[in-house]
This record gives sequence, C-alpha cells and structure tokens, in this order.
Amino acid sequence: MDAVRKLPTWVLALAPLALIVAALVALLAFGGSTLGERTGPPAEELAVERTELRPGEITLTLRNAGPDPAEVAQVFVNDAYVDYSSDGGEVGRLGTRKLRLDYPWQADSPYLVTLLTSTGATIEHEIEAAVATPEPGGGFIGLMVLIGIYVGVVPVVLGMLFLPLLRRIDPGWVRFLMALTVGLLGFLAVDAWLEGSEIAGESPGALGGVELVIIGAVAAYLALTALDRWLRGRREAAGRSGASAERLSLMIAIGIGLHNLGEGLAIGSAYAVGALALGTFLIFGFALHNTTEGLAIVAPLSDTRPGLGRLAALGLIAGAPASVGAVIGASAYNAEVAGLLLGLGIGAIVQVIVQLVPTIRDTAGRALHPASVGGILTGVAVLYVTGLLVAA
Amino acid sequence: MKRLNRRQALGALGLSAASLPLLHGRVPHSSLHGTAVAAGAQPTRKPGGMDHGGGVNGPTFRQGDVVDHRANGFNPTEILRDFDYGKTRKLASGRTLREWTVYAVDKEIEVAPGVKFPAWTFNGRIPGPTLRCREGETLRVRFINGSEHPHTMHFHGFHAPAMDGIPEEGDGAIAPGKSTVYEFDAEPFGCHLYHCHVSPLAEHIARGLYGAFIIDPKAGRPDADELVMVMNGFNTNFDAEGNQVYAVNTVAFHHNNEPIKVKRGELVRIYLINALEYDPINSFHIHGQFFDYFPTGTSLQPNELTDTIALTQAQRGILEMRFRDTQGGRIMFHAHKTEFAELGWMGFFEVA
Repeated sequence: MDAVRKLPTWVLALAPLALIVAALVALLAFGGSTLGERTGPPAEELAVERTELRPGEITLTLRNAGPDPAEVAQVFVNDAYVDYSSDGGEVGRLGTRKLRLDYPWQADSPYLVTLLTSTGATIEHEIEAAVATPEPGGGFIGLMVLIGIYVGVVPVVLGMLFLPLLRRIDPGWVRFLMALTVGLLGFLAVDAWLEGSEIAGESPGALGGVELVIIGAVAAYLALTALDRWLRGRREAAGRSGASAERLSLMIAIGIGLHNLGEGLAIGSAYAVGALALGTFLIFGFALHNTTEGLAIVAPLSDTRPGLGRLAALGLIAGAPASVGAVIGASAYNAEVAGLLLGLGIGAIVQVIVQLVPTIRDTAGRALHPASVGGILTGVAVLYVTGLLVAA
Repeated sequence: MKRLNRRQALGALGLSAASLPLLHGRVPHSSLHGTAVAAGAQPTRKPGGMDHGGGVNGPTFRQGDVVDHRANGFNPTEILRDFDYGKTRKLASGRTLREWTVYAVDKEIEVAPGVKFPAWTFNGRIPGPTLRCREGETLRVRFINGSEHPHTMHFHGFHAPAMDGIPEEGDGAIAPGKSTVYEFDAEPFGCHLYHCHVSPLAEHIARGLYGAFIIDPKAGRPDADELVMVMNGFNTNFDAEGNQVYAVNTVAFHHNNEPIKVKRGELVRIYLINALEYDPINSFHIHGQFFDYFPTGTSLQPNELTDTIALTQAQRGILEMRFRDTQGGRIMFHAHKTEFAELGWMGFFEVA
C-alpha cells in the first residue's frame, strides 16, 4: 500500500475515472453482441408538448419520449385525415418535431388529434376546447405584466399596510399573526404540490415528471437555506440590531416571490391555452388571496422601523415574479418548466415556514400552543375561502 | 392527351398556392394533386407552408402523399378490372372444370402513405384475386399456405361442409407449408366473396385475407365496363376498435389521386363487396348519378334505383349505371358513413 500512498493525488482521481470510461466504452462496443437486442415492437412514445391554434391551423410540438426513433406518417383530426407540414421526418430519442395541421377548427369545440405513426400505431392528443393562441407581441407581454402586477405586486403591498397595526399590538398577537402566516404558507405549499404534480403528470416523462417538482423544491430549499446562512453571517459580523427581523422578512419575501412565479406561470399558461377567462372577478380573487402574503412579509418587522424603500423592495421581490411567471407561462409554457418552477415555489415556502417557527414560540418555548394553532388554522381557512374565488 | 380544364392546368403547372392567394382558397385541393397525376407528373411535396388553406377542401393525406404501389406489388386501379378466370378444361361429363391456385403469404403493405401494415394476403395482394367463373361449372381451388399462420379459404356459395374452409370441417385449418383443394359447383350466380375462416376470425379477415368471387349467370349479363370494389379497412393499431384507414381495394384516397376513368353513356357494372371488419355497417354513395341495385347479384332484376346503399359485413351486390355528361368535372363516390369517407374511403370517377 505504500506504493499507492506515494502516488500523486491527481493520479488517484484520474485512474479510476479512466477505468470507468474504458469499461463503459467496452460495454457500448461489445455489449450489443453479448447482451442481445431488445425484443418486442418499437416503443413509439410521441408526446405533444405544446398546442397552438391559429385560424385554420393547429400546430403541435412533439417530443419523442420513448427509447426508439418514431415517425408520424399521417394525422387525422376528429376522424378526418388532414394535410400537414412538418419540419422533418423521423424523430430521434428526446428529439422534437413541429407539425402544422391544416384544419378549420371552431372556437370552443373539443378536438381529438390522432397521430398515425409509420408502424400504424396511434397517439391521441385531446384539445379540450379550441381557443386561438395569443400571438406573443408587445401588447400581449404588456398584458401579462399587468396581470402579474394586479395579482402579485398590488396585493402584497396592500397587505404590508398592516405594519403600523402590528407595531401597536402585544407579542401574543404577533405570535398569532406569525402562526397565521405559517398556515397561509402551508396551504400554498400543499396547493402548489397538488398543481405541480398534476402538471408534471402531463409531461412526456422523458425529461422527468414529478421528479422535477421535487428537484425544484429541494433545490430551492437548500439554496435559500444557504442564502439565509450567508445573510445571517454577514449581518452578525456587521453587528446590526434588528438584523434578524429584516433577514427574516427578506427570506419570506423571496420565498413568496418564488411562489408567485409559479402562480403567474399558472395564470399565464391557462390564459394562453384558453382555459382561463381573465374576468375582473378572477383577478379580484387572486388579488384578495395574495393580500395575505404582504402581511406575512411585514409580520417579523413589528419591532423595527424599516424605510419605505426597503418595504417597496420587499414588495417587489415578493410580487414582481408573478409578472415574470405570467409572461413565461403564456409564451414558453411546457409541463417540465411549469413543474420545475412550481417545485421551486414549494421549496421556498417550506424554507420560510422553517424560519418562521422560532417566531411563534411562546414564552415557554412551545411552537404549538393555543394561539399558534389558532393562527395556523385561521391562515388555512383564510386561503381556503379566498381560494374559492379563483376556482376557475 | 387528355384535355385539361383551366383549374387542372394550373395544378399541373405546379403553381404554388402562395403565388395564387385568391385562387388558392377556391380550388378544391384534391384537384391540384389529382391532376398532377393525371397529367403524368409526380405529385410534388412542397416544403413548408399550407398548400391547401383552411382544410375545408376535404380530407387528404399529408401534402398529397401517395403510397408506393410497386413496393406493395399491386395498384388499386389495376385491381378494379383484374378478373382471374383460372384455367378451364372440359370434363368427360361435358361440364367445364375451372381451376385456380391461390397461396397465402404474409406481406407488409403500405395502406396509407408512410404507414406499413403487417398484412396476411392471398396471392400477395389485398383484396385477393377476383376469382370469376360461370354458373354450373365445377370449380377446383388449390390453396397453398405460404404464411406463417394457419389459414383456410371459405367461399360464400353452395358447397358441402367438407369444402367449407372452416377449421371444424373437412381438411380444417391448413398449417403453414401445407395445401388443400376446395372443390364445388359454381352456384348460385351472383357477386360473392371468399375469406379465411380461421380464428380469431376478425383478425384473419382484417389482416387482408379476403377477395371477390363472381359467378356469372349462364346467359351472361349485358356487356359493360366492369369494376370490382372491395370495401375494406385497416386497424393499424390492432385495438379491435374500428379502423384507422378505410378504402376500396385497400389504398385510402387512391381514386382521389387516380380517378376511375369511365366512358359517358357506357354501361358500368360495379361488383361491390363489404369486407370491412370492426365496423358493422359500410356504405356506398355516388354523386350526381343513380344506379340500379342488384342485391348479392342473384337476380337479373334490380330492386332499386338509388344513389346510396348500406352493407353489413360480407354483404355485397351489383351496381349498374350509365354516367351522364359531366362537362369535364369529376364524380365523387364515398362511404356515406362520412367518418369512413374522411378516413380514406372516397374517390372520383372521371367521365370521358
């Protein structure tokens, strides 16, 4: 073993790596003849990632989610063969293909598009209700940004107006409000998980479905924890008072911001596929729903005197991502991106909840006491009731 | 050379739809492709862009695609008028003995452009050969099974149970590599069919093992331009729930690309057979014309003058009509189960 000890470190790193590469290359080169071919018919898994409707035309973006190459030979819509153009022939593994179908679809009608592959297999894609896909342009992006401001920035800032009230009330009530925030956030996390896993379930699977939601959640949780540790270290080094409260409200704002990114995405994508009628009432519902988020941000600040600029920044951090999400959702939506972004929101919220727990402990150090339990349940109830308003 | 009308000439010249934005919307799309063939040119695939606008101009395969008839080994246009009379000789009794040899073979058939169907066939084609004879003859069909699966030939007509071509009687299911002889008299006259009768029955038929069996009356029928149309379909995904492709004589939309050429005023006789599986009813409808209908062809008197008939599985009949002046236009025909029509079972007559 002495000989090994004398070897330089880089050799210890490179030697196993070289052996691994050699083994894999050998497997690729000789494995085919020793392991035999996969039996059974080719697995043709073409998933429709995106559907766009323009007058007289349906455009499908396909992804090959299966292990074998696949080729669409013909297409029929509601049992009638249609002319179509394609940007290529056979689709390799994970490859994409865009098909433009020549079809006189009618607004609001359901359609069943059947892709007939070269082997005669059929892949069906359902359009629940045909609605013209909005053309991405300046005006459209502006509308999405405006919606984001309505459902994100405005309600968050309005919620923050409770700050003066928070300063007057006694610590018991503050603990209650912090618990209420925990309830609100817990509800949002569960809601985002349900939505994320549903959307991810629609994804072709080649790039991962529900895993992406989990990866997003874990990544956001770990990244925010690291950020929190870093902020904490920096502020403690600076010896600033009230640092803990400011840090906490910033972390909550970031967490809520990531959540609102997912919410904006959901609104934008639903609008893009016509599943959402953007009525005033719906926007009102979202706004009311999100007002509580502003309260959550300022709750830790009841003992401090933050400047208006800082408060505005917190509001933007929490609210503006809704606009970004709406633009992404309406223009570049696919199930994988949506799953990942919703996952980020979940991880962020869970991280914030963990941070909030110390603030609801009573003088005896218990996190769960009558006031905090009451607060959590009230938070859940508030979001449940306001959530009914956005049941589109 | 065939005289082209103005619309067809534009199509044959291959002028792109983009250069004719106004005309584009009005030209029936199939005339663009259909005429390109009629004028002797290959239908060209135009890259990108919708050539046909709006999709209201009728169902079609992608960019006017057509199948490779040479690879298939048969062209539906030829099957229309291809009658197999076999070989005949006089028996000592004075009767005529008519003999055929038919083999079963597994073969991949392109049933729609780019869609390969693993078919089981008689003589390498779908429908199998149109076996034609005369009432009262003695018939002898030697069947050789070259397929990898057991098959039979079951004829619709009078015959003894031992000659029925079912697994339960006579020689039973004919194993791969084996052969048998079916012998019976040609009666009754009419438009009949034969098909494999091995289980699972629906699959053995749906894979392509069927064909027309025509017995002419002793005195014959009036001279006519005779066509065989076997209405069929292909359940390409094998889910046994309906079919993905419908046609007459196998290739969907074939007679959109190659209209059936008939002469004005001449008697046209169609032997129409429904060999469709997985859908209980099929139908035939012709535009702008009416025909005399002879159910099963077993009577020389028509029972109806109509433009639409419905047929259940294995039901068949004879249609007779004389096309009137069409002034250069084409006569459409299709299943009036419009779903089948738009999934391939439609075509055109071109009257000269």
